[in-house]
Amino acid sequence: MGRASSKEDAGALFHSLRSAYAATPLNLKIIDLYVGFSIFTALIQVVYMAIVGSFPFNSFLSGVLSCVGTAVLAVCLRIQVNKENKEFKDLPPERAFADFVLCNLVLHLVIMNFLG
Amino acid sequence: MATMPILPNMPVLDLVKSFKLKTKQQELLIRVSILCLVYVLAFITRLFSVLRYESMIHEFDPYFNYRTTLYLTQNGFYDFWNWFDYESWYPLGRIVGGTLYPGLMVTAALIYRILHFLRFAVHIREVCVLTAPFFASNTTLVAYFFGKEIWDTGAGLVAAILIAICPGYISRSVAGSYDNEGVAIFALLFTFYLFVKAVNTGSLAWSLASAFGYFYMVSAWGGYVFIINLIPLYVLVLLITGRYSMRLYVAYNCMYVLGMLLAMQIRFVGFQHVQSGEHMAAMGVFFLLQVFYFLDWVKHMLSDTKLFQAFLRITVTCAVAVGAIALGLGMLSGYISPWTGRFYSLLDPTYAKDHIPIIASVSEHQPTAWSSFMFDFHILLFLFPAGLYFCFKRLSDATIFIVMYGLTSMYFAGVMVRLILVATPAVCLVSAIAVSATVKNLTVLLRSKNKGVQTGSTKGSSSSKASSKALLDQSQPFQKNGAIALLFGAFYLLSKYATHCTWVTSEAYSSPSIVLAARGAHGSRVIFDDYREAYFWLRQNTPPDAKVMSWWDYGYQITAMGNRTVIVDNNTWNNTHIATVGRAMSSYEDEAIEIMRSLDVDYVLVVFGGVTGYSSDDINKFLWMVRIGGGVFPVIKEPDYLVNGEYRVDKGAAPKMLNCLMYKLCYYRFGEMLTEYGKPPGYDRARGVEIGNKDIKLEHLEEAFTTSNWIVRIYKVKPPNNRW
Repeated sequence: MGRASSKEDAGALFHSLRSAYAATPLNLKIIDLYVGFSIFTALIQVVYMAIVGSFPFNSFLSGVLSCVGTAVLAVCLRIQVNKENKEFKDLPPERAFADFVLCNLVLHLVIMNFLG
Repeated sequence: MATMPILPNMPVLDLVKSFKLKTKQQELLIRVSILCLVYVLAFITRLFSVLRYESMIHEFDPYFNYRTTLYLTQNGFYDFWNWFDYESWYPLGRIVGGTLYPGLMVTAALIYRILHFLRFAVHIREVCVLTAPFFASNTTLVAYFFGKEIWDTGAGLVAAILIAICPGYISRSVAGSYDNEGVAIFALLFTFYLFVKAVNTGSLAWSLASAFGYFYMVSAWGGYVFIINLIPLYVLVLLITGRYSMRLYVAYNCMYVLGMLLAMQIRFVGFQHVQSGEHMAAMGVFFLLQVFYFLDWVKHMLSDTKLFQAFLRITVTCAVAVGAIALGLGMLSGYISPWTGRFYSLLDPTYAKDHIPIIASVSEHQPTAWSSFMFDFHILLFLFPAGLYFCFKRLSDATIFIVMYGLTSMYFAGVMVRLILVATPAVCLVSAIAVSATVKNLTVLLRSKNKGVQTGSTKGSSSSKASSKALLDQSQPFQKNGAIALLFGAFYLLSKYATHCTWVTSEAYSSPSIVLAARGAHGSRVIFDDYREAYFWLRQNTPPDAKVMSWWDYGYQITAMGNRTVIVDNNTWNNTHIATVGRAMSSYEDEAIEIMRSLDVDYVLVVFGGVTGYSSDDINKFLWMVRIGGGVFPVIKEPDYLVNGEYRVDKGAAPKMLNCLMYKLCYYRFGEMLTEYGKPPGYDRARGVEIGNKDIKLEHLEEAFTTSNWIVRIYKVKPPNNRW
């Protein structure tokens, strides 16, 4: 178990992941992009808070939680729309998307109330 | 009593057949009528005190809730949410809007508005009195749906019936008990039902509903901490036992994020969901879930297990390290506050007695005796383990949840008497499973004998799917008789349960506490309405800005009914202020008058049970005043008031006890009073002794009012003497 083998492992891992991911359908990739974007936005907000300070705390929380919340909801949507999940094969994707929109609506209404 | 839908009842069946209803419709009719009857039953069994006395608010805490609801209906939501109350905790005041759980008041105000919109001109007090029974009825409906989700409709019906009359729930939801728990238990069960439904269906809509249910629970009661810890524990158990699925991910994540956000809208809760140690379990499980499912997804994508092992190692070490560092930093820097005393004393029951006497002094916070369990649960106590057995036989996501809810809530019910209330829905549900499964098996035995002779048709009027498998075991010839005997036994037990519950409700849990009743010499009922007499005297005979000093138990009632400013009340948020009052009560009159003048006290109110034998009076609570006062002011020492470790008020009592302010105020002029035939004057009926100091002179106070049975005594603080 030398360093060389773990490096090879890492390289093989990376390639294997890349090739497996390339095989996912386009709609799932769009959702993944959206998730990545909102996590990135959340990270930017955290870095900003670290620089400027956390007052007012409710605004910081509402900003971060809106990003995290919508990311989590998008992951739930991805799970429900993914054809490979046997548990959700009876669920029409339109219904999944409607649930997603409803939850996001509630999320952002609460965020707007909390933003101060 | 309970599960009738599968036993054919001849006359009813014929009558119903004449209307040409199919079996499914018969079953629906029976179910709906049972539920309607249970709904009405749950409401009317809580009305004993309204029928016996009058429609009034009971106890102490509900008076504060009533006063705030009154304020809400008169001044609107904005003023209520921003209310600063200057009439309590003089001179500090209290920020009411930020220190209460608004769910109950908003609910009652909403019902009041709806009734007025429909032109029923009811008074807000009537709405407040009947809110708890109304929500108890709604809880039975939720219990039915929950039982249906966990097991089947039979269990749901039995659960509804059991919870409608269970004394553990009735104790805090009688008519007149206008307290948070009346609404909170409905919210608790509703949230759990919605969450279990979300886990079973994996739908975002149900998770959203459970987040709203959680929001309602947070707005209603501080016990929401139970939900936010039980659900993560449940998720953890599912992860560990390998029963996790995608539905769990969807349900928990949506509920946690939305629920947390909604909960933070309540000012009293504030940022606790991200800052308090009690809520960290939920956050920890949230992150754990993300890591877990991410790893699951990567494993699914990678076909090579060796590579995956490497990836797993890296990720797990990183995640654990980051999590541990974050948690450690948070706790060390004090950002994440440790568990508060109220909830820490649940994990370590001896903590409150040593460190926080105020929490230890509340009678509801004492550990539970076995008799309380039997009193509040009756047959459910042995049906609960039976139900656990059935749950373990048929494990699913829902049954695992109810088992966990039952076990954790029973542990907490053992630690604190008040928490029997939280355990009641779980016990009722699990027992319902036992009853329903047993009765179902027995009736299947009964019916299969009829069908055993006919070979072919297992279809037909039998609705039970299990009957096709139920062939009679030929080696046990008396199975049918045994089944009939057992069924009779089961129905006997259930009828005994109903009798017990009604008796308990009538005798033990329907007393308003503000009006006392006793049996007179000839068996006639004697009513002591002294409390209200005293508060009304205060209301009508004192200046509007008078300040009243009493022990904190009576604060809410004095502000609500007497409409006067008090020094301390039941909110007990400021220990030093309460200790100041305790110190004043336990000092000599000269020291006490200094303290009272510094607090601008005009009137002092004490409760005294020596004439009537009422045992919850201030002399019996006096040692707690000493302990709490002594906790902040070391000049008050508890041994000064005891003789050989014994608490006495007769001739052999400690001299400090015989001359302290509380003693003087309670026993002023009592030495001349004849209370019982054949006993000397000054015989204290509550303690059963003749008092030690009968010749009491008050220098700085004068007696203002004593109620007709001497239960409440009010004294006026005299202004300082004129100097010449």
